[in-house]
Amino acid sequence: MSPRASRILVVGVGNRDCGDDGIGPLVADRLAGRVPAGVQVRALGGDMLALIEMWSGRDTVIVIDAARAMMQAGRIHRLEPILEPLPRELALGSTHALGVADAVELARALDRLPRRLVVYAVEGAVFEVGARPSAEAAAAVEAAAGLIAAEVDALVMGQKEQAHA
Amino acid sequence: MATKRIRVDYLARVEGEGALDLHIRDGEVDKVRLRIFEPPRFFEALLRGRAFTEAPDITARICGICPVAYQMSSVHAMEDALGVVVDGELRALRRLLYCGEWLESHALHVVMLHAPDFLGYPDAIQMAREHGDAVRRGLAVKKAGNELLRLVGGREIHPINVRVGGFYRVPSRTELAPVAEELKQAREHAAEILRWVAGFPFPELERDYEFVALRHPAEYPFNEGRIVSNRGLDIAVADYPNEFEERHVAHSTALHSVLKRRGSYHVGPLARYNLNFDRLPPDVQALAREAGLDPACRNPFRSIVVRAVELLYACEEALRIIGDYRPPPMPAVPVEPRAGVGHGCTEAPRGSLYHCYRLDADGTILEARIVPPTSQNQGTIEDDLRAIATAGLDLPDDALRDRCEQGIRNYDPCISCSTHFLKLRVHRQ
Repeated sequence: MSPRASRILVVGVGNRDCGDDGIGPLVADRLAGRVPAGVQVRALGGDMLALIEMWSGRDTVIVIDAARAMMQAGRIHRLEPILEPLPRELALGSTHALGVADAVELARALDRLPRRLVVYAVEGAVFEVGARPSAEAAAAVEAAAGLIAAEVDALVMGQKEQAHA
Repeated sequence: MATKRIRVDYLARVEGEGALDLHIRDGEVDKVRLRIFEPPRFFEALLRGRAFTEAPDITARICGICPVAYQMSSVHAMEDALGVVVDGELRALRRLLYCGEWLESHALHVVMLHAPDFLGYPDAIQMAREHGDAVRRGLAVKKAGNELLRLVGGREIHPINVRVGGFYRVPSRTELAPVAEELKQAREHAAEILRWVAGFPFPELERDYEFVALRHPAEYPFNEGRIVSNRGLDIAVADYPNEFEERHVAHSTALHSVLKRRGSYHVGPLARYNLNFDRLPPDVQALAREAGLDPACRNPFRSIVVRAVELLYACEEALRIIGDYRPPPMPAVPVEPRAGVGHGCTEAPRGSLYHCYRLDADGTILEARIVPPTSQNQGTIEDDLRAIATAGLDLPDDALRDRCEQGIRNYDPCISCSTHFLKLRVHRQ
């Protein structure tokens, strides 16, 4: 196991019971067996403050979350909130309590951000309780998983990754 | 009538939205109409036709913040219907799991959601820049709660280890030891949080509530007891339908729960505290008094202090349970299906949560009824808002909206999680 690998965390966040809000956990599922040994892949629902504890001690954290449809359902955005706050227009909130954008800004205020943080935001269309994911979002799951697997591979290999959406 | 909409600000992904209409006529509050989202109705229909064993996991999905409450009320109701008694260490583990949920939920609400209202910040992020230590304490307490949910509930969100009759797996003493250390730290943090919130400025408001909560012969209530009030109500949980009913109100899709004979009532931390102060350990009582709380407290804005007292209590109770814990020989008692009706009521962080199920002979759910704390408090929240708006009629609309949100957050209803969740319409005539 690479020492680099054990310092990488991938978290798919969202509620699987609320249509496209479950994109994050679905991408995490899809990454099983596709990242190097030692890289931790997890799913997280509920409020996102738990992220701050989860990424404690990690160098690199990749978060996958659903976003409000701005341009096109299924569109994938790659964001680096270390540099600037997550765009509010994507509404990276939560179906309940505090969302990813809140967790990032709270961590920034408390000086608890990881060294490198990447957020993959997938635009969704359907967020109702009990709804199935939309066709567009479901189609984006594999694409997002592929991008993230490539980025993680590059990180573990110590290469300067530039995986763009 | 002059009507103006002050602000529309909600996230598309927030579960439902809150809306408050204030009708002001001749300088007085004429009507107060609050609409807040109620998820369980959807689940009541979903439960029909499912096996009794599925209720804990299905109902846990109703709320990401208080899944344990839904699981606990559902298993107690099922066990009531099936004639099963869960006691000893299994019962203690259920209390331990509930401690975890109170820690998570109360720490989130007290520090992240409600405290900014009192200190004049728009949200916890702005507050964290100047009150970083308090926010770190809140996160540490919440993390201890997460650990309890992970260990006893199987995972931190939507726990999966609860079943009718007990658990699928019980933890060992060795597994619980590290979380005990974390809880000792959390207890110190909770005491500091209590001192912190005790110094907040509290708006003047006292109302003559009918408080309703569980009361147990010896314990501060989590999941067992009689349903009592400060106006003489003292009933078994099975008598709940005789005393309470849900009414449709014209302005809301949500049902309002009322006492049939007296109307609106108040559930939640303030009710539990007022009805069960004598069930708190002496050191917690002493710290509550140091924080300026008398055994009776009728100012709803001081509910933030009461929640901090309950944080402290949950730490102490969890430590007591872990200290006494001996793993039971079996993770659950045997359960056989039979036809029947069962009732369960437990104390969710935000108040009493009632479940009732009717089962057929093979344990299929024929009927489900779930009365969440938010619908029980709805009438009382409207009454509070009437008083708050009356006192704040001269405030600018933004300030009035903020005060109303603060007043609604006193009850920690599901919707209050989102910052600026409220659509406020002021109709001045």
